[in-house]
Amino acid sequence: MLRKLFKFHGGVKPQTNKTQSTTAAIAAVPLPDRLVIPLHQAVGGHPRPLVQPGEHVLKGQRIGGADGNLSSAVHASTSGIVRDVAQAVMPHTSGLTTLSVIIEPDGEDRWCELEKVNYRSTPPDELRDFLRDAGVVGLGGAVFPSYAKLKPGKEGKLKTLVINGAECEPFITCDDMLMRERASDMLKGIVAMRYMLQAEEVLIGIEDNKPEAVASVQAAIRASGETGIEAVAIPTRYPAGGAKQLIRVLTGIEVPHGRRSTDFGVQCFNVGTAFSIFEALEHGRPLISRLVTVAGNVTAPRNYDVLIGTPMDHLVRLAGPRPDTDRYIMGGPMMGVRMPGFDVPVVKATNCVLVGSPALFPAPPPEMPCIRCGECAKACPADLAPFEMYWFSRSKNFGKAQEYHLFDCIECGCCSFVCPSHIPLVDYFRFSKSEIWSREREKESSDGARDRFEFKNFRQEREKQEKAEKLAAKAAATREKVATEGAATPAAADGEAAPKPKPSATDAKRALIEAAMEKARQQKAQVAPKNTDHLAPDVEADIAAIDARRNAAPARAADTPDA
Amino acid sequence: MNNSPFVRKAASVQSVMLQVLLALVPAIAAYVWFFGAGILVQLAIASAAALAGEAAMLAIRGKPKALFLTDLSAVVTAWLIALTFPPIAPWWLTVTGTLLAVVVVKQLYGGLGQNPFNPAMAAFCLMIVAYPALMSQWPAAGQLDFKTQLDLIFGGLRQVDAITGATPLDALRTALRSAASPDSQLHGLRTNQLMDGPAFGLLGGKGSEWIALGYLVGGLWLIRQRIITWHIPAAFCGALFASALLLWGMRPDAFASPLFHLASGGAMLGAFFILTDPVSGATTPRGKLLFAAGAAIFTYVIRSFGAFPDGVAFATLLMNILVPLIDMKTQAPVFGHKKD
Amino acid sequence: MITALLVMTGIALVLGAVLGFASIKFKVEGDPLVEKIDAILPQTQCGQCGFPGCRPYATAIADGEAEINQCPPGGEEGIRKLADLLGREFKPLSEEHGVEKPKSVAVIDEATCIGCTLCIQACPVDAIVGAAKQLHTIVAAECTGCELCLAPCPVDCITMEAITETVDTWKWRYPVVEIKAA
Ligand code: SF4
Ligand code: SF4
Ligand code: SF4
Ligand code: SF4
Repeated sequence: MLRKLFKFHGGVKPQTNKTQSTTAAIAAVPLPDRLVIPLHQAVGGHPRPLVQPGEHVLKGQRIGGADGNLSSAVHASTSGIVRDVAQAVMPHTSGLTTLSVIIEPDGEDRWCELEKVNYRSTPPDELRDFLRDAGVVGLGGAVFPSYAKLKPGKEGKLKTLVINGAECEPFITCDDMLMRERASDMLKGIVAMRYMLQAEEVLIGIEDNKPEAVASVQAAIRASGETGIEAVAIPTRYPAGGAKQLIRVLTGIEVPHGRRSTDFGVQCFNVGTAFSIFEALEHGRPLISRLVTVAGNVTAPRNYDVLIGTPMDHLVRLAGPRPDTDRYIMGGPMMGVRMPGFDVPVVKATNCVLVGSPALFPAPPPEMPCIRCGECAKACPADLAPFEMYWFSRSKNFGKAQEYHLFDCIECGCCSFVCPSHIPLVDYFRFSKSEIWSREREKESSDGARDRFEFKNFRQEREKQEKAEKLAAKAAATREKVATEGAATPAAADGEAAPKPKPSATDAKRALIEAAMEKARQQKAQVAPKNTDHLAPDVEADIAAIDARRNAAPARAADTPDA
Repeated sequence: MNNSPFVRKAASVQSVMLQVLLALVPAIAAYVWFFGAGILVQLAIASAAALAGEAAMLAIRGKPKALFLTDLSAVVTAWLIALTFPPIAPWWLTVTGTLLAVVVVKQLYGGLGQNPFNPAMAAFCLMIVAYPALMSQWPAAGQLDFKTQLDLIFGGLRQVDAITGATPLDALRTALRSAASPDSQLHGLRTNQLMDGPAFGLLGGKGSEWIALGYLVGGLWLIRQRIITWHIPAAFCGALFASALLLWGMRPDAFASPLFHLASGGAMLGAFFILTDPVSGATTPRGKLLFAAGAAIFTYVIRSFGAFPDGVAFATLLMNILVPLIDMKTQAPVFGHKKD
Repeated sequence: MITALLVMTGIALVLGAVLGFASIKFKVEGDPLVEKIDAILPQTQCGQCGFPGCRPYATAIADGEAEINQCPPGGEEGIRKLADLLGREFKPLSEEHGVEKPKSVAVIDEATCIGCTLCIQACPVDAIVGAAKQLHTIVAAECTGCELCLAPCPVDCITMEAITETVDTWKWRYPVVEIKAA
């Protein structure tokens, strides 16, 4: 039976360059000298470190605990000694650092005790906690914690579970190889997900330039005897592997920006994610390794099973980088991100290390003005008008850019790919988006500041008023007393604790402050302030004068009766 | 260093413009065949003037010359001007028109991609207002040899009235108008009888209908090359045909036939090469339809009731004004926000 | 000729009407001026402008009693926005009111703090927490960097630290692919 497929608007057909890395089987990587495992690898909160420098960890041991309501745990990828828990450069274009655990492998690669679960007998909430603590995240590149997506929608069940094996980015073949070599295990993961989501049918979308993968998955489905699971070959067109585009192709549903796909009865996972769910449930193994394609400017492009935290240059060395290599790109040529260095670690989001050279990926020709030819709009899979968004992004008119649905842009790069004026359109959109986000953050904090400022003013007003009222009431009471009792007796005046004159209250406070200051001064003296050495004579004189004044303070404090 | 995407399609403004120029070749061939090689001289004059004007402006504005001169956009403007001006227009008229287009309408508005008006059409309108006589003298097919054409272009000979007439459009309109007045000798003749003269061919003007066919062929090739989309040509031809059909159907003796309108004047050039100028035209699919249909109706109105020989230029400029509004109101719904 | 003129006039009238209608239809209603000015001011509440907070300054601008270039935290961008909003000429930041600095937050050296509460009273946005004789801490997320708490502290234990970029606040740069004159 041929399934009716749908089309998405636009898309492009870049040269795929996939065959080079599929000739050899998936290979293992020798242990590197050092693993750098960033704690923040997934969308959501920053996991907190659970290990100390010097500690010995076992393979699979949790080293970063999930933090906040959307976060995912991180594990040691091999056994060894924690050398440091420190900031290290992360695989991100910015070149910024993030808190990472640095492990020196002991070579034994010894697993910690692993705990399996039976997903059919475990309550869903516990199962989700288990997957969170196993660090399972989306391996397609978005690294969204999977447990958070494994919730059926409001109805408690789902129509379609879409499994993404489209892999539309040129050069990348890790999903292809996974489907060829590990289809039956992956299928078990899919069956588990289907159970958790109560999905009626499962559609595995695979671009038709991967016939071996389609055949292998189909064979696995037949062998398993499962029904309602289908491997569907879809037309090869970038970005068919975008979650929204794939859902559209397979089901005809368009999930708008900012809406949950479960509201439309679909959910989408990557094939790699399915495999790691299988590993977690069946063997209790947390996500500590993944398949990575090494391609581009190397002599032997290939797929490797890589431990998370392996430095990229250690991995690339195996594939034989050519001497003119000038950069690594994490991901493919369309959406990949340029790495700030060669020794950044492989993380959960690393589906490919694309080795670049000036010859392979030349700098774009000079940017010309937009001629409004509309090529970009024809290519945009989100049906946007990129040239309008570009116009407003360029002039920093962000409000207008948003009116043209800037945030529906999935940054697929199709528009930059086709633009005859060689405009880096996506760069403008990334710029606008991050600028808008930062403005929103600023606005939020300035709104908060305004509110708190206004509240403080209001509070001070109120306190002043209350004090005045109290004083007035007291004064009235005293006057009344004086009036009724005639002459005031000394005892009455004392016992009543008539409002003390204000200055004395402040004096008392000042005395307290100064006593405390003395303590502080001594403390400070103990830590020997650095900035008082080698000073000019006049400054030293100043300091002496201040000290003299300070020393006089306790004496004055003792004079006041209240002290 | 740049960010993703790291690969790009081999496309450039230059290749787009080059294909537009190529698509004009069939029409130019027909032009030369029927009206002589004078047009080639005009093309050369206009191209040289455009490049010189562009180079001067780029120098003044401090823009890279090599990059923008080789993008060929000035040459496209120049060719469109040469093809819309009379082939025997004196050289200074062509040069002035071209410089106006390139310097004022294009560069002063910010250069490539920034001009709200189609430069060639703006120049045409300005020149026809300034030199109505010179801009309305068209030789009939095969009437002038190359030598006479050269003399006319470079200023030797100027007894134009004797040797040139009006465009077929103009001629038919004049004929129809006089046919309507009782004391004319043409009174009572019907359109097809009026078109019996030597200036007329099968559908439109003799010779010029073949040029129109050349534009059609080149335009269809541009659609095939995905340089332009079908929307503008289809909507323009459709709307022009429909409005002509409406009035011709009511009074065939007073109005020209729809086919005549399509085959005459700048209709085909406008539909495939002028209105499709992306910079000054509408960009959304629905916007393109509206834009081109509006231009067709204005063209028809100006042709039938106006005083100028053709309406395409004025109609284009009028619709250029409306482009921002049209584009804004016709934004297509984006992914996930469509109503099925 | 007359017909032509009539037709052209007719077309012009129709176009004018359409454009006019559009400008009426898409006109936006505005909120009062002070609100708009206040929305542009950075709400640091530092008083460097010479007014006790951003809102009083906004009111003064709206009443024409203050220049638009008195707010250092808002910087040039802020002045530009005010100039746009009010249709006034852009002016560089007035020097007597201060200089634009990178945004920073105050940090209390907790070893030296004596818990005197003076900074709490100075903080315009209640970003400092702590009670009498207890360590005081600044809630970094709420600190606007106004520096008003620096002066009152008797033991000088508050310092300003520039905010460093993190992956969550990192921004893509404006793509500068300037075409150089060949
Ligand atoms: S493809 Fe480039 S030149 Fe064409 S409209 Fe889009 S941004 Fe402009
Ligand atoms: S990057 Fe954004 S605007 Fe460009 S084609 Fe992709 S979705 Fe459309
Ligand atoms: S100077 Fe300070 S108080 Fe005045 S407007 Fe600017 S941030 Fe607000
Ligand atoms: S003013 Fe200084 S010493 Fe007093 S509470 Fe604040 S930080 Fe501590």
